[in-house]
Amino acid sequence: MRSELAFEMNTNSLLSMTGIDKRFAGIPALAGASFAVGRGEVHALIGQNGAGKSTLIKVLTGYYKRDAGEVVFDGKPFEVSSPQQAQASGISTIYQEINLVPYRSITENICLGREARRYGLLDWKRMHQEAEALLQRFNVRADVRRPLMEFNTATQQMVAIARAIGFSAKLVIMDEPTSSLDEREVAVLFNVIRQLKQEGVSVVFVSHKLDELYEVCDRVTIMRDGRTVKTAAMNEIDKIGLVSAMLGRAIERAEGHATAFSDRDEKKIGKVLLSAENLAINQIVQDVSFNVRSGEIAGFAGLLGAGRTETARLVFGIDRPRAGTMIFNGQTFDPHKPSDAIAAGMGFCTEDRKSEGIVPDMSVAENMMLALMPKLSKSGVIDDKAQRDIVERFIRQLGIKCSGPDQKVRELSGGNQQKVLLGRWLAMNPRLLILDEPTRGIDVGAKGEIQALIKTLADQGLAVLMISSELEEVIEGADRVFVLREGISVAEFDRDEATEDAVMSAMAHGSAPTIAEAAP
Amino acid sequence: MTRPRLISLLGSYGVVLALLLLVLFGWARYDYFLGFFNITSVLRYNSMFALVALGMCFVIMTGGIDLSVGSTAALGSVVAALASPQGAWIGLGAGVGAGLCVGLINAILVTRLKIMPFVATLAMMLAASGTALLLADNQSVSVSYESGFTSIGQDNFLGFPIPAWIAIMAYVVGWIVVNFTSTGRGVLAVGGNEDATRLMGLPADRIKFLVYLASGGLAGLAGVILASQFGAGQPIEGVGWELFAIAAVVVGGTLLTGGVGSVGATLAGVLLLGILFNVLNFENGKGWISLSAYWQSVIRGLFLLVVVILQAKLSSRGSVAVRDY
Repeated sequence: MRSELAFEMNTNSLLSMTGIDKRFAGIPALAGASFAVGRGEVHALIGQNGAGKSTLIKVLTGYYKRDAGEVVFDGKPFEVSSPQQAQASGISTIYQEINLVPYRSITENICLGREARRYGLLDWKRMHQEAEALLQRFNVRADVRRPLMEFNTATQQMVAIARAIGFSAKLVIMDEPTSSLDEREVAVLFNVIRQLKQEGVSVVFVSHKLDELYEVCDRVTIMRDGRTVKTAAMNEIDKIGLVSAMLGRAIERAEGHATAFSDRDEKKIGKVLLSAENLAINQIVQDVSFNVRSGEIAGFAGLLGAGRTETARLVFGIDRPRAGTMIFNGQTFDPHKPSDAIAAGMGFCTEDRKSEGIVPDMSVAENMMLALMPKLSKSGVIDDKAQRDIVERFIRQLGIKCSGPDQKVRELSGGNQQKVLLGRWLAMNPRLLILDEPTRGIDVGAKGEIQALIKTLADQGLAVLMISSELEEVIEGADRVFVLREGISVAEFDRDEATEDAVMSAMAHGSAPTIAEAAP
Repeated sequence: MTRPRLISLLGSYGVVLALLLLVLFGWARYDYFLGFFNITSVLRYNSMFALVALGMCFVIMTGGIDLSVGSTAALGSVVAALASPQGAWIGLGAGVGAGLCVGLINAILVTRLKIMPFVATLAMMLAASGTALLLADNQSVSVSYESGFTSIGQDNFLGFPIPAWIAIMAYVVGWIVVNFTSTGRGVLAVGGNEDATRLMGLPADRIKFLVYLASGGLAGLAGVILASQFGAGQPIEGVGWELFAIAAVVVGGTLLTGGVGSVGATLAGVLLLGILFNVLNFENGKGWISLSAYWQSVIRGLFLLVVVILQAKLSSRGSVAVRDY
């Protein structure tokens, strides 16, 4: 595969990274990745979660030290050990969560680290002028003396870019710069990018919004599983091509079952339990409608940033929607907080097991009982016997491999930790269970077990809303698939309509495959 | 002027306004309130707190805390008193040096060993206090009156108490450092967003190191003035000074989470709390009411709460005092 990826090393190349390896605790995050950016080029870098984009960028900016490989920047071998050094050598990064100091003025945020001085003291007048001049290049007019936090996200982004330019960057890396901008602000940003390009500055543009790539980028590099799988000119690849390269699926490929979801019994599917209409909160979730029936697994498919997790958070009452309605079990449902959703009969296994789900130093039993505690305690005293019975039942039912209810969850494998979390919610006897990436980070064998478990639960009448970035998991596991794209639910497929082809097409274009849409 | 702008100005100058109102109140109500004797004695006494609060202000601006300043001042006073027979300057140097030593250990604990500032300085608070008691053999240490050491705390220069001069100079230097040096701006940047500051290429650890060192040195200096003013090193003085300093810093509008702060407003905060105390004494003197020192603490505490609640209201509207240059 790698030999096919011989980049044409044009003489105009600004950056070339080849054969980059990076391992974390023995697990490869990058395996022979390569990446090349020309001078004055806007280069898109895309890939699924965990494909290695951020690791590659962090290796480039000196945040991580690479295990192997070569980096040539501006004609010279490039060795840096910190973002500061990278910045001094001409590579500036604008992070997704804007890394500035909100309390301080725009001027300070632009000039910190290379202040103008007069008689050894800071020359505020000159720094203010400099900051104003830099911002004016992007048609941003702002009182540079005011603290940064008084300005909107777009302006803050411009300040971050102005800071990068102020350091005379040759390469500016933008990590999902548009994720929190509205349309008008995105247009301003794109003008800035075009202007940078004209001035000979190269831009690496990381984004999950495919349309945007066609608007500003010259070339695209697609990563998957720590490898560079494709580099192409934007006008030579269509959106389907991008999506299939990201997911590693050839469109025409057909194959047998790859997951443990096979042979769902569809007769057991009941009435609609939850229906949501036109949910919206911000740019991330703009207009999402879907429904889940009891005994059914409904799947959310979509690229990263399509708004799947964010929609689940609305359903579970973690965030409150700006618009839209929900009906749960025949009644209007408007959760103000997660406990409302739990009381109504919902459970939510989050995507990030480690930080949002398990309490690693507590035992299996304690972790399982966390959500149930209020119900089990009689005037504040926890009923030990009842707790014990429930825990032991679930350890048996879910097949949790542990030395006993008192073993610390930290010591269990990823798959068994996930089962403990499942047990936690099942102990509540929920009617709807939301599973966000239920098999992420779990080894192959345990994956099948979890999938089989989900299937059994649905067969027993539980409604499941499953979010997964693994296409085959959604397609084979779900009875119906809802495709989200840039915050909008764009398509719904029944089990027999949900082919990889159709779902990928909806993820890419936002429409059913029958409407052929040519890439620009 | 727009409304948020007005609120933000109130945030910056509210403490100054409150100070002016309090002084006006005292001037109108008490005969000798603005008399020379009262003014100089208030300044002489509060200059020690002012120095401690200045160091605390820098530490808090980085988002940290220094609980050891009170014990450090006590240690400084004992060391200065012990060294005072060698000469006034040597006494001064020894006291400040003792403070710098405590500050240095704090700095190492926080920046090198990555111990939480609260814990590190709490430990040093106990250690410095114990050292002071050991050195002083559990009693106050009389200073040498022959060496001129007592002039530092008791004499005037150009008609103005020397401790007040020292405090004013320290504040002028502090104000210049915060507003016109990159290290000073770095102090605020570290407190505002430490990760971003590192990514911006600023020496975050060096900045934090310096503020703890400075805080220790200033506390030592306050200890020298204490010993000189009262004629003895006081191993059990300084209890609660750190809290007074934190209160003054917070009253001055500096956010406890760091990132926003003002040296000038901290001085106003010290004076405000000091003069509040003074006003209560005058009120007692009038004989209408009789407030014990305990009640004065209660009143100060309530006052602090009011200020902090107001501050939280202001900052939740997205306008905090940011600029003082």
